[in-house]
Amino acid sequence: MSDQLLVSTRKGLFTVDRCGSCWEIAKVDFLADNVTLALSDKRSGRKFAALDHGHFGVKVHRSTADGWEEVATPAYPEKPEGLEENDMWGRPLPWSTVRIWALVAGGADQPGVLWCGTLPGGLFRSRDDGQSWQFVRSLWDNPARKQWMGGGADLPGIHSICVDPRNSRHVSIAVSTGGIWHTEDAGETWVQRGYGMRADHVPPELTNDPIAQDVHCLAQCSSAPHRMWVQHHNGIFVSSDEGQNFTELTDVKPSAFGFPVVVHPREPDTAWFVPEIKDEKRIPVDGKLVVSRTRDGGKTFTTLSKGLPQSHAYDVVYRHALAIDETGDRLAMGSTTGGLWVSEDQGDSWACVSHTLPPVYAVQFA
Amino acid sequence: MARVVFTPNIQRHVACPEAEAAGATVREVLDGVFAANPQARSYVLDDQGALRRHMTIFINGVMISDRKGLGDAVGETCTIYVFQALSGG
Repeated sequence: MSDQLLVSTRKGLFTVDRCGSCWEIAKVDFLADNVTLALSDKRSGRKFAALDHGHFGVKVHRSTADGWEEVATPAYPEKPEGLEENDMWGRPLPWSTVRIWALVAGGADQPGVLWCGTLPGGLFRSRDDGQSWQFVRSLWDNPARKQWMGGGADLPGIHSICVDPRNSRHVSIAVSTGGIWHTEDAGETWVQRGYGMRADHVPPELTNDPIAQDVHCLAQCSSAPHRMWVQHHNGIFVSSDEGQNFTELTDVKPSAFGFPVVVHPREPDTAWFVPEIKDEKRIPVDGKLVVSRTRDGGKTFTTLSKGLPQSHAYDVVYRHALAIDETGDRLAMGSTTGGLWVSEDQGDSWACVSHTLPPVYAVQFA
Repeated sequence: MARVVFTPNIQRHVACPEAEAAGATVREVLDGVFAANPQARSYVLDDQGALRRHMTIFINGVMISDRKGLGDAVGETCTIYVFQALSGG
C-alpha cells in the first residue's frame, strides 16, 4: 500500500504524503518549472522527473540521496543528410525530443531498464537507470510509422508503455495516433495490434484500420496480462487477448469519452475511467466531475461522485493523471484546474487534497 | 577569440558563464564553448545541433540567419549573445 503520491504539474513536482488519515503536500521540487511526467521506480527507489523548459528544451532529472541530478535526455540520432520527412502539416518532422510522454520501469528482472515514449514518436530504452538512452531504431524505421499522425498534439507520440509482467521482453505501446504496437523480443521487431477499435475522424475506408486509432490510454492488468483496457478518442474498448483484438463498450454512462484508464492489479474486470462529454466538449457532463467504474469487464458501469465537485466543475483529467496503487484500493487523480483527489475505497468516495494546484499532468503512487 | 554571453534566464538551470572561444563561425565558437561546458549544449541546441526554436543568437547585435547550420561568420573581436526569444512563452 502506497502512502505517497508524485504529482506532476505545470509549475512543479508535488510530493503528497499520507499523514494520519489525510493526504497533505509534503514538498515541492522544481517549483515554477513545467514537470510533464514523473516516475517512481519501485525496483530501485529512484524517482525521475521529466521537465519541459520551453526555450531550453526537455530535460530529465533523477533523485539522489539528498536531492536531484540532471541525467541524459533521450535524444534522436542524426537525421540523414538529404532525408525529407514532413509531419502531417507539411512541416519538417523534427528528429528531436519534443516531449516525454511515457516513462515506465522495465520488468522486475531488468534492474536499471527504463522505457521512454516521446513526441514525435520515438521510443527509447535505458539500461542504466536513465544515465544513457538508446533509440529504438526498429520501431522508428518501420515504414508504417510514417502513417502515425498527431492526436493529442500536433505531432504523433507514444504515451502508453506496458511491460508484460510474465515476460519483460514483451512490451505493448500505444500511439496517438497510430494504434497499438507490440514486441516480443525487447524491441527488435514490432507488429501492429489493436484490431477492433473504431476511428470516427477518418474516412470510412480507414475507420477500422488499427493504425488510424487514437488510443488515449492503454492499461494492462498486472496479474492477468491478457486483459487490456483502452480509453480511446471514440470510446472504451476491452481486450481479452493481450491487445490483439478489442471489443467496444457502448452502453457507458454518463459518457464513453475521456483520457485515462486504470485497471485493478488483481481483478482484470475492474477498471476506472474519468468521463468528459465528448471530443469537442472536453468538460464533465453537466458540470459534475465523476469517475466511472466497471467490475464486470464492461457490462455495467457505476458512476462514482462522493467527494467530487458536483456543480460547475470543468476539470479535465489527463491520461496520466489517474493512478492506482498496487493494492487496487487506493486511487488518485489530478485535474487541469488544479484539483487533486484521493480515494482509499476503490473510488467509492474521494477526499480533496487541494483545488488550487497548478494544472496537473500526471499522478503516480510512489 | 570571440566572446560569448548567455541569457541570465538560462543560469537558473545550468551555469553558463561568459566565455571566450576561437572559431570562424557561430558553430565553431559554440563547439568550443560547449566542449568546456557540455551540459549547456542541449539547453541551446536541439538533437540535430540546430538552434532551439525559441532561442536567438546575435553577433554584435545582429541576429544570425543560419539557425540550422550556425554558419554565420564570426570575427576575432565579435561578441556572440545567446538569448531567448520572447516568443515561446
